[in-house]
Amino acid sequence: MDTFLGRYKNLVVLAAILFAQIIGLALQVRRPVQTGGETRLIRLWAISAVTPIEGAVVHAQKWAHWAWSNYAYLRGVRRENRELRAQIERMKIDEARLSEDARMARRVQTLLAFKEQYVENTIAAQVIGTSGSEQSRVLYLDKGSRDGIKTDMAVITPNGIVGKIVQVFPTSSQVLPINDQFSGVGAMLKDTRLQGILKGAQNGTTTLQYIMSDEKVEPGEEVLTSGGDRIFPKGLPVGNVVTVEPGKDLFLNIRVVPAARLDQVEEVLIVTKIMEKMPDAKDLAPIRAADILAERLPTVPTKPANAATGTSTPAGTAASPNAARPAATGAASNKPAGGAATLPGAKPTGVATTPRSTQGTTAVVAPGTAAGTAKPGATTPAKQLTGEGTTATGSIKPKATPAQSEPVSGAAPSKANPQTPLNDDTSTPPPKKAQRPPEQTPPANPDQVAKPPAAEPPQP
Amino acid sequence: MSSRTMPFRGSYTSREQVAVYDFSWKALLFIPLVALLIQIFIPVRVRYFPLIDLPFMVTIFFAVARRSPISGCLTGCIIGLTQDLFAGPSHPLGMYGIALTIIGYLASSLGAKIDTENPGSRFLITYVFFVLHEGIYYGVAHGLLRQTQVWSWSHVAVSALANAVIALFVYAFLDRFKER
Repeated sequence: MDTFLGRYKNLVVLAAILFAQIIGLALQVRRPVQTGGETRLIRLWAISAVTPIEGAVVHAQKWAHWAWSNYAYLRGVRRENRELRAQIERMKIDEARLSEDARMARRVQTLLAFKEQYVENTIAAQVIGTSGSEQSRVLYLDKGSRDGIKTDMAVITPNGIVGKIVQVFPTSSQVLPINDQFSGVGAMLKDTRLQGILKGAQNGTTTLQYIMSDEKVEPGEEVLTSGGDRIFPKGLPVGNVVTVEPGKDLFLNIRVVPAARLDQVEEVLIVTKIMEKMPDAKDLAPIRAADILAERLPTVPTKPANAATGTSTPAGTAASPNAARPAATGAASNKPAGGAATLPGAKPTGVATTPRSTQGTTAVVAPGTAAGTAKPGATTPAKQLTGEGTTATGSIKPKATPAQSEPVSGAAPSKANPQTPLNDDTSTPPPKKAQRPPEQTPPANPDQVAKPPAAEPPQP
Repeated sequence: MSSRTMPFRGSYTSREQVAVYDFSWKALLFIPLVALLIQIFIPVRVRYFPLIDLPFMVTIFFAVARRSPISGCLTGCIIGLTQDLFAGPSHPLGMYGIALTIIGYLASSLGAKIDTENPGSRFLITYVFFVLHEGIYYGVAHGLLRQTQVWSWSHVAVSALANAVIALFVYAFLDRFKER
């Protein structure tokens, strides 16, 4: 026996080590490996020992990058700032249009008693590590149970979903990304609303499965979360369809490229609270265009009643029924009205009148003023805005609330109702003459021309 | 610490005796640890880094340099099990451990017979053992655990080539820690 062990000592040791590991494997497989809340103690020790080092390295690198990008490397910031401002202007216009669509959708959902899911709370986290192998694609985050992280929380980025939390440690957590071969996400196609399961593969690709082969799916179609997995809220972007091929068992093989860059993700958001509620019922009431305009446009502080006299230009927005009447004559309204709230690229829209203009619902809109909020190409129909069939551009109800009676910036004052100052432009000369300095403009009748107030703050 | 020589026992190398190297305990401890940390950390920034398997290279390097099958398989076992710890809950402990134990044993057994200082032989050893490592992993996952695994010869060949090329530089760097 001693001779045998001595001769085959190496092989015996190898066999013993392998046998022990196989027994260990069998014990792990016999018990469920992925139990969610349970974590093997040795894994906890190892990960707790390593993740602080990784976190320190990542944060040091991030600090160095931050110092470089914020202090040392500022080339092109001005140009980028200009571009971003222009982008914000465009997005504001789009946002106004989209918010109207959202309101309408909420009203419809309320009528149909749908419940919506909202991502209420998120925690930002930093990716500090990976599994380091091709067989497993798990990620490690620098937030753990001390930060309120729990298993099965959704991990997302602004571009799309990333995965879910599978294990939580005190100062770190482990994410199973959607392209891991053991991952599965309830997903649906955005246009056709077909639902399936998005599964990862060993090579890191993701496929949408369980879509019947007789369905028509086009490449490029967007894939959203369906909410069926009870982890991701419904409607989050998942990715786009790349290829559609007939698969086995009467199902299509739809390959999806994830919207989030899973191989280069660095910062993520962990969804810690999802709220489910009914849409707000207050939106059920019809919304008037005046309300929308009052929300979108900047407000003007109220002036004393005698601050304005009868100098008014025809061009402008009327706030009172009487004010609108003399202005509702097309030619004069095409005068450019000076003032704020001009939007880049806004076309002159001229007069927007309706058959009800005699009742004071007419709004004469100067180019670049209030009507300019309805951007050329803005597709919000007038009926959606007012609900009463009036034209959307600046139509104001006779029974104006205080918010509505506050005029649109840049609008001209009313001649017929001089006691009601509309805005600060009330006391200024007409726009054409306002191009010249006031002292060079001889008034035809000085008694009827108001002097501009001395300490008038500039209008936004 | 000191350089020892292994008596000639059917070696295929032209030399009659092959050198056996030792390493300090710091090197034995920190080199695998650093390799593992790099393996975990770098893929966050470098997309294709998971193709490279640094713990595998370290296992081969120690096994070949020390030329002891028992220490080779023990080194492979420890490094593999440590690698298993970070592979996620769907990978039971022991998958990499078994693969690297066998690789460590074979590499140290082979190191006792051939000249492993030559870059050509290092390249070949790494290439062949990487394919074997992938095969063992596939066998454990598919055969023992019934996991769905896809075997791609082209992918394994490319990965083995990349590992073999990079291993030449890694081994050249790790040679500095040898003690004769």
